[in-house]
Amino acid sequence: MSDQQRPEPDRRPEDDVHPGDDVPDLDAPGSGAPDLDAPAPAADAADRPAQPPEPPAEPARRPGRPRRRRDPLAAALIGVLTLLLGFAFAVQVRTTGTGEDYSSLREEDLVRILDDLDAREDRLREQIADQRAALRDLTNDDSQSEAALQEAQERAEALGILNGTVAAQGPGLLMTIRDPEGRVRVADLLDAVQELRGAGAETMQIDGVRVGVSTAVTGDPGALRVDGVEVDSPYEIRVIGSAQDLETAMNIPGGVVDRVGRQGGSVDIEQSETVVVDALRQLDRPQYAQPDTDDGG
Amino acid sequence: MIPILGLAVGIVLGLVFDPTVPLWLQPYLPIAVVAALDAVFGGFRARLDGIFDAKVFVISFVSNVVVAALVVFLGDQLGVGAQLSTAVVVVLGIRIFGNAAAIRRHVFRA
Repeated sequence: MSDQQRPEPDRRPEDDVHPGDDVPDLDAPGSGAPDLDAPAPAADAADRPAQPPEPPAEPARRPGRPRRRRDPLAAALIGVLTLLLGFAFAVQVRTTGTGEDYSSLREEDLVRILDDLDAREDRLREQIADQRAALRDLTNDDSQSEAALQEAQERAEALGILNGTVAAQGPGLLMTIRDPEGRVRVADLLDAVQELRGAGAETMQIDGVRVGVSTAVTGDPGALRVDGVEVDSPYEIRVIGSAQDLETAMNIPGGVVDRVGRQGGSVDIEQSETVVVDALRQLDRPQYAQPDTDDGG
Repeated sequence: MIPILGLAVGIVLGLVFDPTVPLWLQPYLPIAVVAALDAVFGGFRARLDGIFDAKVFVISFVSNVVVAALVVFLGDQLGVGAQLSTAVVVVLGIRIFGNAAAIRRHVFRA
């Protein structure tokens, strides 16, 4: 309270107590004030000491400022305003601190960001669709190619057996044609082969020579050649197929057994569960024929 | 005393209640806070200068906030809200610096 007694005019106007000049606070001249102790009286005399300072202050104040202080109202207003400021400040800091980076952005920025995100989403969706399709294709390709490979292998094996390029085993006949007099002709041997094929023989060999599609039987009785390889009696024929059917076909009247018998020979037929046909042929590369890839036919 | 008390109580209340800022207010609240800070700094400086006037303070406080928000609002309507927000913050920031410098001269005589 001692402050109030001081005569200096400038110190008198305290915050709420004295109506300051109309000079806008914001634009108040920034000249260095001469007194350092200004804050101290402010704190002490802030609230109540309205009356005492007035008389001495009045004359000191700049001319034309005889306004009365309005303690309660001004104090309340200031209190409310600063309270609001503190509240808003805290709220704003909190809001900013929660990491809602977009909350303070303007509408056009948000729209732009939204557009960007939409575009990105579209691109990503397209990518997902592409990848899904690729995955599907690859899976299909995989299974398809696996199936195709398996089928190709089966076909290759089947063709190999038919062509005589791979060894084969299975049920069939072991047939021995004895020709002590050397009178079995080419036609007899060919008939035997044909009959066996007609009865469902799948592959066969004669005296170690594999019989294929281009097999030829040549030579003279007693000196027969199969594919140019000389074969001697007894001719041993190994056939894979239905043993019962094959034997029946051989034994029909006028069949192979019949005719060989008429030539003075004999035929031994033995059914077997596992006949091994292991003679191999070279695969002939067609020189003139080309595969016709036209489906039109 | 009252302003400091008010600030402290307001901050405590804001932290305690932690309300959600309404969407329509979100662009303006930071600007309003800066404008109010500017007014408070100005008021503090005026007090140190010995020319504080409660009426001036209250009016400048309110008008600062209103004008700042209005400028930003107008900027939003004109499509330059972001730029005007920056402009307002820059201007208020400069003023706060000026006031802080004056306060500093008062307090430290330097």
